[in-house]
Amino acid sequence: MNTSVHSQLDQWSRFTPKQRLIRYGGFALTALIVAWALSSIDVIWAWVWDAPSQMGDLFGRMMPPDPQNLPSILEAIWQTVNIATLATLIAVVVSLPVAYIAAQNTTPNKFFLWVGRFILVSSRSVNTIIWALLFVAIFGPGIVAGIVAIMFRSIGFLGKLLGEAIEEIDRKPVEALEACGASRFKIVLYAIVPQVMPTFFAVAILRWDINLRESTVLGLVGAGGIGMILQGAIDTFNWPEVSMVLLTILALVILGEVVSSYLRKKIL
Amino acid sequence: MLKITNLTKRYGSGDPVLKGLDLTVEGDQITSVIGSSGAGKSTLLRCINRLVEPTSGSINLNGTEFTTLKRSELRAARRRIGMVFQGFNLIDRLTVMENVQSGRLGYIPPWPALTRRYPKDDIRRAYELMERVGIAHYADKRADELSGGERQRVGVVRALMQRPEILLADEPTASLDPKTSEQIMSLLRDLASELKLPVIINIHNVTEAKEYSDRIVGMRYGRIIFDDKPAQLTKTEMDEIYAGVPAQDRAAVGAAA
Amino acid sequence: MSTQPDTWRKPPFIANPVLRYGLYIVTAVYVVFTLATLPIDWDRVSDGMTRAQRIFSGAFPPNFDRAGLLFDGFMESLKIAILATVGGIALSVPLAFMAASNIAVKPVYILGRAIIIIARSFHPVIVAIIFVKAVGFGPFAGALTLVVYSVGFVAKLLAERIEEIDFGQVEAMRAAGAAFIPTLVYAIIPQIMPRLVGLGIYQLDSNLRASAVVGIVGAGGIGATLANAFGRYDYDFALAITIVIVGVILISEAVSGVVRKRIA
Repeated sequence: MNTSVHSQLDQWSRFTPKQRLIRYGGFALTALIVAWALSSIDVIWAWVWDAPSQMGDLFGRMMPPDPQNLPSILEAIWQTVNIATLATLIAVVVSLPVAYIAAQNTTPNKFFLWVGRFILVSSRSVNTIIWALLFVAIFGPGIVAGIVAIMFRSIGFLGKLLGEAIEEIDRKPVEALEACGASRFKIVLYAIVPQVMPTFFAVAILRWDINLRESTVLGLVGAGGIGMILQGAIDTFNWPEVSMVLLTILALVILGEVVSSYLRKKIL
Repeated sequence: MLKITNLTKRYGSGDPVLKGLDLTVEGDQITSVIGSSGAGKSTLLRCINRLVEPTSGSINLNGTEFTTLKRSELRAARRRIGMVFQGFNLIDRLTVMENVQSGRLGYIPPWPALTRRYPKDDIRRAYELMERVGIAHYADKRADELSGGERQRVGVVRALMQRPEILLADEPTASLDPKTSEQIMSLLRDLASELKLPVIINIHNVTEAKEYSDRIVGMRYGRIIFDDKPAQLTKTEMDEIYAGVPAQDRAAVGAAA
Repeated sequence: MSTQPDTWRKPPFIANPVLRYGLYIVTAVYVVFTLATLPIDWDRVSDGMTRAQRIFSGAFPPNFDRAGLLFDGFMESLKIAILATVGGIALSVPLAFMAASNIAVKPVYILGRAIIIIARSFHPVIVAIIFVKAVGFGPFAGALTLVVYSVGFVAKLLAERIEEIDFGQVEAMRAAGAAFIPTLVYAIIPQIMPRLVGLGIYQLDSNLRASAVVGIVGAGGIGATLANAFGRYDYDFALAITIVIVGVILISEAVSGVVRKRIA
């Protein structure tokens, strides 16, 4: 890469000795860590060697999928879609003020900034399933616990990305409206909202897509949706129905991805 | 009449950017402020409507003392000063009409602002002004679909929608090509006399300044060192305005680059 | 005096009025209908409030007495995450080449994409349940789950990176008469290596998160510890575990962010 007298050298190496040392060190460290993990993990190795045949066996029992319960599966899928959609809608509305106070350039003061950040971090760090466990205990098993759980998890995601979008806006229109003597509220309305609108829609659609996936497992802890039927089928060893449910979930997720990419293209 | 007396601005603890500056602007004359980068032109303009907070001194517009206004009073007072920016400072994703009407935001209540139901008078005035500067047919277009010259016209109309008592223009032509830039300058000159509006323009291009203004103010390192008719701006004066301590010049160029 | 119009309406986002109002109505009906038919049993909720109170009063203060158990659970999660990341990346590289449209022939491409889509579509918890049934409870099921999870993410993004590579280098290699595998190694791998390392670090972070969750359905790690504590109504221990999980996630997110920034 440098243009010093290289023409007389007959040896070439891609990295300087120090770079090479770092690379080898990195490899060695990785190998060491993997070896440690492998040797100390609490696994019955006989089961591991047996795993492929077990998997094959299970797969064999799943075939062919059994469409007998398809109507109730589809109903549960519809419920799943509703959980994801409603939870996303509510979370979008709730996340707006959170994003507003968690963005450095719009927050009213330091106190609100930290309240906002606390909400975002606590929402994001606790997984949907754990939220669902909690809300099933409060609301009882069913779709409501699922909606609230998904919503709680989504607020952090939406609020963080929206807050970042607010922090990255172009200051110039804001300056222009300040010079016009517009109030704070109208500056937000005219100079900030239009700038974060594309991110807003993109993020909401993205989260809806993610929520569709997350909603499929809520039923496993009793929070409604297709997961309930899946859990039931697994508990009764009804493997053909399990595979039917899995196929339906696959169809749902792919459909969701198609819809969300269509919406993204349409809106942005 | 805008009367600035003994205006000083200091950022942090450094050297003041404006050093006890006096300037009076009245009538419908166009005043061009020239000077090298870092001379304090932009700070001067932004101190007038307190986008930049002055350190000390007085700014008086038709009897209102600006430097002592409280937050809400300042908002009301700023509505009387129109401002045009180098980067146009439009809201790209809104239509031209919304951008133009945003100049009236200080006057209309929140609900009509949110629903875009502007007062009839404002809409008529917007169409008149847009017609005047030749962008009326763009009313429904998004601001980012327009060319640079057209965007600056939107910026000018937005400022005029305020029915300002004075117009400030901060390098209004610096982002435009030479031809468009002359169009904008002559537009500003014509509007000043049509609307009986004093205009203060910060400008780099001395030729344009001489051609389009009634008065030229030359600044150097926070002081006014020339203030006269364009014809009086000779080579010697120019040299003095644009001369400077080389080290400081370099610093200024570095900051601009 | 003026002939200028005095009305103006913002051009609507959807120009066709039938479509526009149709969409508004459909959305409104959907929201109202689904909200109205939500089976909220208020007796149950008020009942649940006392239950929630019991959970929270049982959870405070968090109980760190069984820190040893907590530590073991966490270390198991870490091991699961490491092994799954390594395994996932090892599988992702060939899969990414299969799923890159500029490298693979059509049937291979379709197969590669299909595998990635399937791996991505199922939530790790569902995958975990299946694996737990197939290979039994414990960390092995967890590691398998997260391998699938990693493949879905890493292989997809890696395939996209391969599709963006500068093809000139590949052509240069081919022109020099190189075989297929050396072409891959010399012309493509160096181009995708930074992305691969970045993805690996990111994936280690998200595997650590996910391992806390898949444990809840029996796939080992800290999640299993949490599910046990919750099941035995040890809410104070459950809260302690949750606090540790949140703390670890925050630290690992910060570390992976810094490392990725240093590498990029």
